[in-house]
Amino acid sequence: MPDFGIEAQERLKASSVLVIGAGGLGSPMLLYLAAAGIGKIGILDCDVLDDSNLQRQILFGIDCIGKPKADEAKQRLELLNPYIEIEVHNIQITASNAIEILKQYDVVADGTDNFPTRYLVNDACVILGKPSVYASIYQFEGQVSVFNNLMADGSRGPNYRDIFPFPPEPGSVPNCSEAGVLGVLPGIIGSMQALEVIKVVANVGETLSGKLYTFNALSFESMTYNIKKNFDNDEIIKSGLIDYEQFCGVPAIEKKMKEVSPLELVEWQKSGEKIQIIDVREDYEYDIVNIDGELIPLSAIEKEYAKISTDKKVIIHCKMGGRSSAAIKLIEEKHGLTNLYNLKGGIVNYIRELELDMPIY
Amino acid sequence: MATVLIPTPLRKYTNNTAKVNASGRTVAEIMNDLVSTYPEMKKYLFDGAGTIRSFVNIFVDQEDVRSLNRTETVVETNSIVSIVPAIAGGIYKK
Repeated sequence: MPDFGIEAQERLKASSVLVIGAGGLGSPMLLYLAAAGIGKIGILDCDVLDDSNLQRQILFGIDCIGKPKADEAKQRLELLNPYIEIEVHNIQITASNAIEILKQYDVVADGTDNFPTRYLVNDACVILGKPSVYASIYQFEGQVSVFNNLMADGSRGPNYRDIFPFPPEPGSVPNCSEAGVLGVLPGIIGSMQALEVIKVVANVGETLSGKLYTFNALSFESMTYNIKKNFDNDEIIKSGLIDYEQFCGVPAIEKKMKEVSPLELVEWQKSGEKIQIIDVREDYEYDIVNIDGELIPLSAIEKEYAKISTDKKVIIHCKMGGRSSAAIKLIEEKHGLTNLYNLKGGIVNYIRELELDMPIY
Repeated sequence: MATVLIPTPLRKYTNNTAKVNASGRTVAEIMNDLVSTYPEMKKYLFDGAGTIRSFVNIFVDQEDVRSLNRTETVVETNSIVSIVPAIAGGIYKK
């Protein structure tokens, strides 16, 4: 192919690329980078596949549901190109491991879905002097750029902080769970991201270094903006990685609350497992109907938190599940307990599911 | 008068219109005109002190206003003012 000859292909083979996030953007990116013959591909993702992911995470299939994405991705890619090396990082990237992991690779492609990781990856690449190919999506819009690329004069191009020096305050950017994302959009944007990785590695064409490309899927409009480097940002970044979750005010990964269904709870009790049941309703509700839980109303849960066992499973319930999940969030955040379970649907669901002859109020 | 490109998260305030017109000579005047026509956008774009929020980028045609004259950048009639917010995408598990 003109402009992409044997030298370019050999550069691909000799390179190593870390893809962070094996999701909507990661799926097409990993496929095309493997197909292109990148010599070593790292896949970093600590998540397992959920069936709702299959709307856009086309690297996977129903046989992968419930399994670690990074491992499943590796298996898929090995079928596509058995001649490359693929390394799996089944972990969450944090300020304490980012430098160690990223330094093993030539180029980083960030396909993650949260601000703390975006800033972490960007800053780590600036510190290590590595180019980072950026893409992100929201509903019908996508953005692509190449950050920290080596310029002809030996300096580095603009990076994420030069466009977005500070993250949005939590809650000020609408959350995707309010509206979702068009499935094919990460396919398009992730493919563009793979394209930029290939151009950076093979040193061909003109990359999006110094530019921010935006695409609107509904109107099919593209805009490319010029971005300029702010050298002051480098000083700040190079002084060291920070606590990005604190910087952004949100956790990188939302910790899922543990839940138990009424049937599972009954199984635990039958098996003789030592558990504690805590009821966070009010005393007059307890008088109407209860399942012998220890009554600690939600308003008192912080004050009486010492009553919560730490050495067994603790099931917290209320009438329908709302107050109990608030109680769990509060205690997990303040005291870091990991043995709390929310009774799904509360006592109302418990009575219904087990068909008990008890009053529902 | 200039055309302002409205980013996806804000289109619910403009009846889903992606391009609106706003009057003003500078970026500051245009943004003020925009939020006076669409007041619900104000708290997304401006903080309590009336400064444009730092995660919101404004471009006049292809150029970032930070490399021009920031909000005092003069906007020509046929220019396009783009509002480009930080997005991190993703879908959180339902």
